[in-house]
Parts: sequence; structure tokens; C-alpha cells
Amino acid sequence: MARVLLRRAAAAAHPQTPSLLHLLRQLSTAASASASASAAPSKPKTFSIYRWDPNNPSQPTLKDYQIDLSDCGPMVLDALIKIKNEVDPTLTFRRSCREGICGSCAMNIDGANGLACLTKIQSGSSNTTVSPLPHMYVIKDLVVDMTNFYNQYKSIEPWLKRKSKIEGGKEVLQSKKDRLKLDGMYECILCACCSTSCPSYWWNPESYLGPAALLHAHRWIADSRDEYTKERLEAINDEFKLYRCHTILNCARACPKGLNPGQQIQKIKTLQITK
Amino acid sequence: MASRPKLSGLQKQVLSLYRGFLRAARSKGPEERQRIESIVSAEFHQNSKNIDRKNFLQIEYLLRRGKKQLDQLKSPDTVGLSSFRFSQQ
Repeated sequence: MARVLLRRAAAAAHPQTPSLLHLLRQLSTAASASASASAAPSKPKTFSIYRWDPNNPSQPTLKDYQIDLSDCGPMVLDALIKIKNEVDPTLTFRRSCREGICGSCAMNIDGANGLACLTKIQSGSSNTTVSPLPHMYVIKDLVVDMTNFYNQYKSIEPWLKRKSKIEGGKEVLQSKKDRLKLDGMYECILCACCSTSCPSYWWNPESYLGPAALLHAHRWIADSRDEYTKERLEAINDEFKLYRCHTILNCARACPKGLNPGQQIQKIKTLQITK
Repeated sequence: MASRPKLSGLQKQVLSLYRGFLRAARSKGPEERQRIESIVSAEFHQNSKNIDRKNFLQIEYLLRRGKKQLDQLKSPDTVGLSSFRFSQQ
């Protein structure tokens, strides 16, 4: 009975939400329109965006776009979408969730790696430079080739591995204390901001796993339910795979989710000694 | 017999990619193999004509793209290759 009621409630609520959103959006656009019309003067800002088209054989260039900030959302992604919609539809970039949970819109903004959707437009300066993630192969404009990065993530076998059969139920249970050990690791969304900010990764992108993959390696090493801890440690105990990390800690600075991959790598190194 | 010209590293990479495609085509069915070979050789010939030999950026980009496509073609799940043309207005 309760289930039926719930479903009904959900069905009733569903058609309302879009209209409410729509109303809110209308309100906000109306507000911004009136603001730009009367009170707020236009705030022009130039975005210099890296452009390169594989079908047009020429050198990459920085192209300037003028945007009125009084008529634009607060984040860099809002500006990019505005440029694509209103100025230049050929501008290419990855984006999806616009709230920092998918990790698609990772790029280099004013020299620092970050997610465009979580980076505020600096209103103080008159110019912002947007370029693709450094030291990655560009496919087009701001889109980079992530094949190597994903292959490295795959190489650490990011799934639960068990030797013994699970007794009783279908799930492997974990105490709250063990679960807390995963905090600061499970939040990683694999946006590649950390790996591409690491000088060590720039020089050895093929052989060094990079902060993101190593953070995930430790996520599975530290997991109390995983029974391949020793094998996992052995697999990355390599001069290049792990020990190319020189604790530069650019990764912690770049991470848009506020994680510290460098610290997790340090924990792996400690485990390698004490195991 | 005239000696062959010495090839640059990039030229060797392009040739080895072409060879890789021909080898991958051999693992597919006979009709598919012919089709793959004709598409691949047309693509290579066209690019060799249209792209300036000093445009390393473009050539390296195409090499990376080709390697990715070759990896896909190598998989036994891939049965064939097809292409389509569109007129540029």
C-alpha cells in the first residue's frame, strides 16, 4: 500500500518539478535582463581560448571572445556555453553535469587545472585564458585524448577482488570504521586535473601511473573487503609506476574535489616498507 | 638495383600503421578484407597527397587517430569497416 502511494506521490511530483524549474529559470533570466537593462552596466571580459581543428591543417591559436559578464552565469563553463551558443558554434569542449560530479569539463584556466563548472570567472582581470589540459594530446579545441589515462586506471584493476566465498548474504559487509578509511579517496571523479598538473607525469606519462590512478590503487588497497591487498601492493611496487612520485604535490593543489592524492601515494609508500 | 631512399621516423611510423591495417584485415572475412583494404589504402593515398609532408602536427594527429582505429579493428568483435562521404558545401 505504502509503495503504491509513494509511486503515486512521485508521479504527481514529477510533472511539477520541470515547470517549477522553468519558472525559476524564467525569473532568473527576467531578473538578469532587467539588471542588464537598467542598473548594472555591461561588464565586458575577454576569453582567449585555445583553438585547433584537425580538419584544418594549421597551427593552434588563441582566439579572443568578448563576453558581457552582466548577462552570463558565474562560472567559466557558463561563459563557454554562452560563446558556443551565441558567438561561435564551432567551439568544442566536453561538458555534462555542470556541477562538478562528472569531471568532463577539466581544462586549464588561467594556468591552473580545474573543472570549468567549478571555477568562477575572475571579474577582477579583463582577460582569461582557457586551454586544454597540459601535456595531453589534443583531439580538437579543448578536447584531449584520455586513452592513456583511462588505460592506467584500468591497469590497477579498480574492482573488488575476493579469495574466499562470501558467507551468508550477498553483500560483503564493512564496519563504519573501515568505511571511514575510504574517505578522501572514493570522491575522486577521474577528471585528470591532478595527473596533468604533475611534472613527473609530464615526463613519464606512459610508465608513471600518475596521482589519479595511484589514489585509486590505494582506495582498493585500503578497502577492508578486498583480499588482494598484497598482490595489489606488489603490482605497483615499481621504480616507475609508483616511485616517480616525488611529492611535488601539484596534484593536491589542482584537485577540484579537494582531495590529496600525494598524501595517499605517501601512504602506499609507507605500506610498501612495512608490509 | 637502385637503393631505396632513407625513411624518416615519421614515415616509418606511417608505413607500419598501414601494414598493421593490412594485417588486421587479414583476420576478417574475404569480402570484408577486400573492402577494408580498399578503404584504408584510399585514405592513406588521399592523406599522402593532401597533407604537406612538413605538417608534423597534422601527421602525428592522424597517426594517433589511426592507431586508435586499428586497435578497434583488431578486436575479434569488429567484423568490418565502412565509410561514408559527405559533400562539403
